[in-house]
Amino acid sequence: MTPTKLHAAKSPPALAVTQLSKRFGERTAFSDVSFEVAYGEVFGFLGPNGAGKTTIVRTLGTLIAPTSGAATVAGIPLSPENGVDIRQHISIMPESPGLYLRLTVTENLEYFAGLYGLHQAGTRIKNALAAVNLADRAADLCGGLSKGLRQRVGLARTLLSDPTIMFLDEPTSGLDPVAALEVHNLISGLRQKGVTIFLTTHRLEEAEKLCDRVAILNTTLRTVGRPEDLRRQLFKSALVVKTLVPLSDPDRLFSPIPAVEGWRSEEPGCYELSVSDIRLAAPEVTRGLVNAGADVLSIGEARHSLEDVYLELIDEDVEARKQ
Amino acid sequence: MMGLDATRIRSVVRKELRDYRRKRSIVVAMVILPTIFLIQPTLAIFLASPSSSGDASYYDLPLLLLLLIPVITPSTLAAYSVVGEREQGTLEPLLTTPIRRQEFILGKATAVMIPTLALSYTVFGLFLAVVRLFANPAAVSGVFQQGPVLLALALLTPLLAGWAIVVGMAVSVRASEVRVAQQLGMVASFPPLAVVVLLGVGVIHPTFTSAVLFAIALLVIDVRALRVVSRMFDRERLVTGAKAARS
Repeated sequence: MTPTKLHAAKSPPALAVTQLSKRFGERTAFSDVSFEVAYGEVFGFLGPNGAGKTTIVRTLGTLIAPTSGAATVAGIPLSPENGVDIRQHISIMPESPGLYLRLTVTENLEYFAGLYGLHQAGTRIKNALAAVNLADRAADLCGGLSKGLRQRVGLARTLLSDPTIMFLDEPTSGLDPVAALEVHNLISGLRQKGVTIFLTTHRLEEAEKLCDRVAILNTTLRTVGRPEDLRRQLFKSALVVKTLVPLSDPDRLFSPIPAVEGWRSEEPGCYELSVSDIRLAAPEVTRGLVNAGADVLSIGEARHSLEDVYLELIDEDVEARKQ
Repeated sequence: MMGLDATRIRSVVRKELRDYRRKRSIVVAMVILPTIFLIQPTLAIFLASPSSSGDASYYDLPLLLLLLIPVITPSTLAAYSVVGEREQGTLEPLLTTPIRRQEFILGKATAVMIPTLALSYTVFGLFLAVVRLFANPAAVSGVFQQGPVLLALALLTPLLAGWAIVVGMAVSVRASEVRVAQQLGMVASFPPLAVVVLLGVGVIHPTFTSAVLFAIALLVIDVRALRVVSRMFDRERLVTGAKAARS
């Protein structure tokens, strides 16, 4: 456990959300959402369009008031009276960076440094621009920057105030792979410094790579956990066996092995075995295949991605709504 | 209005002034309107018949028309101030900072007030200088003897500008798009225009007392209206278009 994680385990949460709901008239944006985020954690928030992700970020950022429920943000209870105090401790990068296009990069950041009442604004601006590799574009008008560069200016702006919690809404949206990788490295660096990051993203591989835990929201919270745990909860352990030539009688081969609970084959020479314990099953299956004289191409653990978890849960919702 | 942060207000003012300077159309629009309003009073002074030149009351209306400059000049900028930011997507990042709504409104209003006052007083000064240098002696004495009207010009300019700015911002806070806000913002000029007309047709007589009383009344109205606009500034409505639910 890193020092940050040790600290996280002992501290009160950076974000604590209890049965939070928001309705706009008859429409429910999100309902009965509860979760906690520890200090120094990178927390991914996933969900389809219209699931309520941005509304939750806006609610926790005191831009809109919840209809019911409670929350603490950076240890401060979420209420209209505490709005200024909460906003002083957080920063939010909306999906669209919202820059003043007739002002230079530095002038945009100076403005926000002033709004946060920051001392040594010049040094902070320099550091923020260096962190997003934009030091050489400081004097450029934002209107002349590409979408990706504007996104990076938006990110620099969120770094200015050294926030306790950063809310990043699709931070790599519109970025090329190199720029996206730079943002990923930046987020990893911030995690090392103990900054709590609340990351809203559609890129599931990004969430899997960066996040300690993820939540999947579809108006209600479908699940929260480490990507690894979610995979285990939703999918049984499985072995994938590939042979050069299809087995003559796979059932006779696999069924007697105690750790194998079932098997299926969706293409010739490829078998997916549901197993109770991968460490028991793998050697037994390997021995069985060798004894049967099969031409084995590969034997490996079936890997379910976060995307599989996501699709499984969202599909469940779609099915439930149909019924 | 306790606990306002001067740094945040200054930041808004500085940013706005920078933004105006960079957009030439804003500067041109601000300069053109006062120039147009300068034409009628100047012509009235220089084309006055000999019989009118000696009549002191003849100069009331041309001078009072100048009072419309601080009303007309800021209306477009004030109407743009909030809904314009919303349309260009810069409002939400701004609302996520610790700025209070009163600080935002005061900063925006001050930023509109500064060029308005600079332009209005420059135009008044130019007008008086031109009259002094080039008009006939009867017209010069006629204009410079209008003590109550000149006092009204000096006193009421910031207050009328304040009125126009507050009305423009009130519209801007609630409008869904810039064009609508700018059209509705012109409503601010109706009451001052009515007062000028009443003065011009002699229903109200310009005196030192009426100028001071009108200034005091306008000051009270401006301060109250500014508070109303601050209360109208609802983060939730501005971000989502829906009014905040009061539970």
